[in-house]
Amino acid sequence: MSKVSDFMAWVDHRVPLTATFEKHMSKYYAPKNFNFWYFFGVFAFLMLANQILTGVWLTMSFTPTAEEAFASVEYIMRDVEMGWLIRYMHSTGASFFFIVIYMHMFRGLLYGSYQKPRELIWIFGMAIYLMLMAEAFMGYVLPWGQMSYWGAQVIISLFSAIPIVGDDLVTWIKGDFLISGITLNRFFALHVIALPLVIVALVFLHIVALHEVGSNNPDGVDIKKYKDEEGRPLDGVPFHPYYTVHDLVGIVVFLFVFCFVIFFWPEGNGYFLEHANFEEANGLKTPAHIAPVWYFGAYYTILRVVPDKLLGVILMAGAIAILFVLPWLDRSPVKSWRYKGWISRINIIVFALFFILLTWLGTQPATGIYAKLGIVGTVVYFGWFITLPFISAKEKTKPVPERVTG
Amino acid sequence: MSNDGVNNGRRRFLIATTAVGGGIGAVGVAVPFVKSWNPSEKAKAAGAPAKADISKVEPGSMIVVEWRGKPVYVVRRTDEVIGLLAGLAEELKDPNNTVTSQQPAYANNIFRSRKEDLVVIEGVCTHLGCAPKYFPEVKPQAFQDNWKGGFYCPCHGSRFDLSGRVLKGSPAGKNLRIPPYSYVDENTLIIGVDEENA
Repeated sequence: MSKVSDFMAWVDHRVPLTATFEKHMSKYYAPKNFNFWYFFGVFAFLMLANQILTGVWLTMSFTPTAEEAFASVEYIMRDVEMGWLIRYMHSTGASFFFIVIYMHMFRGLLYGSYQKPRELIWIFGMAIYLMLMAEAFMGYVLPWGQMSYWGAQVIISLFSAIPIVGDDLVTWIKGDFLISGITLNRFFALHVIALPLVIVALVFLHIVALHEVGSNNPDGVDIKKYKDEEGRPLDGVPFHPYYTVHDLVGIVVFLFVFCFVIFFWPEGNGYFLEHANFEEANGLKTPAHIAPVWYFGAYYTILRVVPDKLLGVILMAGAIAILFVLPWLDRSPVKSWRYKGWISRINIIVFALFFILLTWLGTQPATGIYAKLGIVGTVVYFGWFITLPFISAKEKTKPVPERVTG
Repeated sequence: MSNDGVNNGRRRFLIATTAVGGGIGAVGVAVPFVKSWNPSEKAKAAGAPAKADISKVEPGSMIVVEWRGKPVYVVRRTDEVIGLLAGLAEELKDPNNTVTSQQPAYANNIFRSRKEDLVVIEGVCTHLGCAPKYFPEVKPQAFQDNWKGGFYCPCHGSRFDLSGRVLKGSPAGKNLRIPPYSYVDENTLIIGVDEENA
């Protein structure tokens, strides 16, 4: 025992190992009333690790050229031992990553986790979300199927809506006058090196910012207000071992679900891997129905509602940008929806339901009733943000308890 | 603080000039990184002209020719459709081809072509780059009741007439692009070369 503590003392004199562990784990006090929704932060971390690990393994067998990319994915699926599993862990993992991220963001909405003093945590989180969208988009281009090609064509062409420099910018991004192997190769570099580094750095900042101010909780009360004589929050428990063990249970359940889908439903009926992507890229023929992967659906619907290129792109960019300023749109004196007025409570649910509707519409053709629903959904989406400052400032809230309840 | 022998003004000046100098250096270093994303010499050289045999393109039919990796539609219009083109102006966003970059001078007419019947159009939607589909028949379609023949983009529903001119209500803003082309002889078209007999 003393040999171990001697060794730890030697290390601690050289690098703050024990101090860091205590600050972020064994002496980091998290509110004791975390509920179901608080699993998703840890799940997101798990999915990030999954994507990095499986991604590294996929690069060992993938060839990022227009001639060989499609065949090399089939090689991974058929010839590489257990390659199919690694590939599905990565491709289906991407969809699970987004499910987890959306649940994590919805938790933030429910309990006002973006409000003062956690604005920067929210902004770092939104930056991660934005980078994940870029990462997922570029990853989807790599298998070089029909949907890879035409998805890339549509998304890159969005930049051509920018006045004056748009067309030159598109050529610069493509590195060619069309989507070609040059584009594929550079997306590979960004997908496997540049963006993962940025995402990991942002995750680090997200957690540093969180641990500086402490976690919010379903009641939205500040647990640092009441402390015992040693300065420990009365309503907090050390993250380790309480929440590490607690989260392990959640992880086991989550992995059961994840494994079930990987083994029995990896393509998710064309929602996780689209059918058209099992046909190799053909620059002369657009598939009859082109739709993004489900996690981009909401923004894609918003892009399509206006029959004008620039306006559509502005609206879509605005739909993402407005999320960043959410901490300043919500002017409610209380954080958690538990103590907000009934209008706010209904609005959060309506907003979430319409986001799901917009997401689904993005995977459907934009004709007839779908087109009309898209307009309604877009109005509700932006309406929620625009009315939020007024409703949250005006409405009557319930008294917030001094201590956490559950 | 200047009583400690520190000249704050000089210190600020030195910090500022160092920062500016470093900033200029950083911009300089960024140049090769930004420039390396431009199309390479190899990519630029790949734009060879494409020849097409048009002897078998019957009125009302279309062939697709690959030029610079893009689909180019070669359509021989029927007399019925040619007659309709002049009367479409009300339905079009830009009936008079005002965007000069979208067609060579010799295609700046309602036919948007060198000859009335044969039209050569880049199959790249001016909205977000999908390849529009060919619907030549003058009959009601799911996307438009009074359809007079043309192209319909499956991605976002942009519609174009058989001269590649964009219809009102489409998300696309510009007419489809007409590539430079010319006739080598009666039955041979060359895409990417402007002058006759070049």
